[in-house]
Amino acid sequence: MYTQGLDSLGADCLHQATDAVTLEQRFQSKVDADDRIEPKDWMPDAYRQTLIRQISQHAHSEIVGMLPEGNWITRAPSLRRKAVLIAKVQDEGGHGMYLYSAAETLGISRDELLEQLLAGTAKYSSIFNYPTPTWADVGAIGWLVDGAAIMNQIPICRCSYGPYARAMVRICKEESFHQRQGFEIMMTLARGTPEQHRMAQDALNRWWWPSIMMFGPNDATSKHTAQSMRWKIKRFSNDELRQKFIDITVPQAEFLGLTVPDPDMRWDEATQHYVHGPIDWKEFEEVLKGNGPCNRERLETRRRAHDEGRWVREAALAYAEKQRARETQAA
Amino acid sequence: MSEQRKQWPLYEVFIRARSGLEHKHVGSIHAVDARQAVEHARDLYTRRQEGVSIWVVRSSDIVASDPGDAEALFEPAKDKIYRHPTFYSIPDEVKNL
Ligand SMILES: [Fe+2]
Ligand SMILES: [Fe+2]
Repeated sequence: MYTQGLDSLGADCLHQATDAVTLEQRFQSKVDADDRIEPKDWMPDAYRQTLIRQISQHAHSEIVGMLPEGNWITRAPSLRRKAVLIAKVQDEGGHGMYLYSAAETLGISRDELLEQLLAGTAKYSSIFNYPTPTWADVGAIGWLVDGAAIMNQIPICRCSYGPYARAMVRICKEESFHQRQGFEIMMTLARGTPEQHRMAQDALNRWWWPSIMMFGPNDATSKHTAQSMRWKIKRFSNDELRQKFIDITVPQAEFLGLTVPDPDMRWDEATQHYVHGPIDWKEFEEVLKGNGPCNRERLETRRRAHDEGRWVREAALAYAEKQRARETQAA
Repeated sequence: MSEQRKQWPLYEVFIRARSGLEHKHVGSIHAVDARQAVEHARDLYTRRQEGVSIWVVRSSDIVASDPGDAEALFEPAKDKIYRHPTFYSIPDEVKNL
């Protein structure tokens, strides 16, 4: 009736070798035909592990991603901006929830996922380890960071794993306002007083390169790309997505009257693409290793929130148990 | 009194129309157990290849919101028009936003 017996195919299976080969072939031809893999379908263990890693990193990024912007909720310059920022940060929390749920369909529990984040063993996007000293950073994050996230996420709407793809459709729909509110903030500042214009330029200077690095290492050094492409977890390489982002974003910066902080940036007539200068991968690796400007602060904040929320989780559970006990007593 | 017939439990039926789509609620069905509910749902709801996958859930396991609470639950989202991208006016010259 169900295929759930297949995914427990293990050491005790007599014909494991031949069966695994046929199963793997069947799996790959399904992927090749653009069919979707669902939780109860058989899948190679490496596919499952890759997805757990990628989806949970993505979920952690949404959760930690609330912190840099969250800093500005109490200090937003107007009631309108404050309402918008709250709505955006709330969305990011929601994205984390969609993604944790998608990861859980692969057989890992929510508690395990959260433990990995809090223990510092799981990764999240390096971009959220940069500080947000001015209000213009909220604009730059919406415009650039959400812009880069959208570029990364749109192809995942067609990912071979059904629950991840469907979560991504929902997320992409919600991201659009994030980017537009960020651009609106940048536009207001860029057209404001000279000081506001300087603030916008300063934020662009600080967020440009980290945003470019969000697409991950160069294709030549990226270790997961080829297999992920074969599995259709990934549809475009890091460099392809980075190029698309740059081609779209540089004209937007020009419209704002701001300058992208890359002296080598030029339009190439022959290829019809922008050509950018060298990326400082040392910085990227340092931030990934935990030595970015805010790594420690982000994890500490997350841990504190988790600890301070403990009594609420325990009280809710105790209350539910008490209600249940009362109901059985009454019956 | 004639024979006291025991009613078969009710199951809610969810069908995935095509590979990649989510399961959607299509109706309900009575069956002796979950296995039979899937078989009967197949016969009743997919005679014209309406689906590629079936889920059944005991109707009594479904917890629903109270229609009387609809206003309190959903009204608060009504005035938060800034959650929609159209709330922000971006000049036409700006592409890909
Ligand atoms: Fe998000
Ligand atoms: Fe976002």
